[in-house]
Amino acid sequence: MIEPYGAHSLAANMPRASAYLAVVGAIVRKDLAVEWRSRQLLASMLVFALLVILIFNFALELDAATRSELSAGVLWATFAFAGTLGLNRSMAMENDSRALDGLLLAPVDRSAIYFGKALANVSFMLLVALFTLPVYSILYNVDLFNAGLLLVLVLGAWGYSAIGTLLAAMAMQARSREVLLPVLLFPLLLPVLIAAVRASGFFLEGLALAYIWPSLNLLIVYAVTMPALGYMFFDFIVEE
Amino acid sequence: MASNSVQPKPRLLSALDLTSVVLMLAATWMVFFYAPSAQPEAGGEAQRIFYFHVSTGWIGMAAFISAAVAGVVYLIRPNRKWDVFSVAAVEIGLVYSFINIATGSIWARPVWNTWWTWDPRLVTATVMQLTFLAYLLLRQSIEDPERRARFGAIYAILGSLTVPLTYLSIRIWRTIHPVVIGSGDPSAQGTFDMTPLMLQTLLFSLLAFTVFGLTLLWHRVRLGWLGEQVEQLRLKAMR
Repeated sequence: MIEPYGAHSLAANMPRASAYLAVVGAIVRKDLAVEWRSRQLLASMLVFALLVILIFNFALELDAATRSELSAGVLWATFAFAGTLGLNRSMAMENDSRALDGLLLAPVDRSAIYFGKALANVSFMLLVALFTLPVYSILYNVDLFNAGLLLVLVLGAWGYSAIGTLLAAMAMQARSREVLLPVLLFPLLLPVLIAAVRASGFFLEGLALAYIWPSLNLLIVYAVTMPALGYMFFDFIVEE
Repeated sequence: MASNSVQPKPRLLSALDLTSVVLMLAATWMVFFYAPSAQPEAGGEAQRIFYFHVSTGWIGMAAFISAAVAGVVYLIRPNRKWDVFSVAAVEIGLVYSFINIATGSIWARPVWNTWWTWDPRLVTATVMQLTFLAYLLLRQSIEDPERRARFGAIYAILGSLTVPLTYLSIRIWRTIHPVVIGSGDPSAQGTFDMTPLMLQTLLFSLLAFTVFGLTLLWHRVRLGWLGEQVEQLRLKAMR
């Protein structure tokens, strides 16, 4: 792809902040364009997400009595599993034919590459969610169209891909990369998942905001601190 | 390499070995014969495990935090010694936090009437444990020592976020885990008021475990250094 170079020449006449954003935008566009042409990742994430829901259906016997309480948990477990597929693929793509080396050679701030990849990953996750939610809603006759749930989804998916992108870049350079990523990711992710499941469940039950705030707070803390940590550490991870 | 000769065991370390044995024996004596037994709701005689439960928990958390601090120093000044220290601290932290969870379980059996319950404190402590197990797995799957040290440092820093979360979990969420130091949740089960003799026993146990933990850490760091020297010698022999 030639966009990073294009973004740089574009960046020469711009103030620093918008130059940085131009680089981030170029990386996001690159990832989305690659995905649009191959449609490999989204297709597998979507089919996988549906299969996970199917497995839960039989494993938990999601009948009318239980599904209203379990919906939030089933959905977040599905997103968490489908998300690791996306993260692995997104980094393996850079690893094949050493595309990442090309990216790193570009004369841009490396954290911009991190934010670009993280934003691309979060858009894949949200696209999967956008497809999964209506299907789940129809299959189980649960009303999932709730503004609060969407907010939790965006915050949770952002926290997820912020830490996930960082760890995927790390796991990619290890021996057993695809196996290692979930092992590294899930322990650090558990607080986000717990908060997301609780907040989603509370929104679906229509509880007062006072009950939801503690979980929402934790989600916001993660959505802010994880990108900050990625910003600090990404350079150390990709340096040779 | 500074030297290829094996350094003899430092005298101070031998002295620390002896001190730890004496302190641990004294702490055990205090737990059983000096501290009074607690009220039955807190487990009665079973509450005596509390002194070791708190002490091992403290060593576990302190070890994880030190590993993260060594990680920060390593990222600023990449020197192998910080990596050796970091992995030593994580291993010791894992052993101690496991003892912490095991002693908690033993106490919970009579008091909460179950070995395990999905309480926030128990969950966060388990997450902390799993995070640092993942740290060891990460190190195992990277060959290059420099990269292993760098990634280890970053993961130890990320993982150390679970330590304050575990410490604060009984203070911010509704929990049945007692908060003995500071005020706890009214729904906690098995809380007791510490008498002065209990407090003295707790402080002494903390001291004994801290000295013992530091001694183990020194041994483990020394072992790590010797391992590095073996590695260097092997590389030299292969050339």
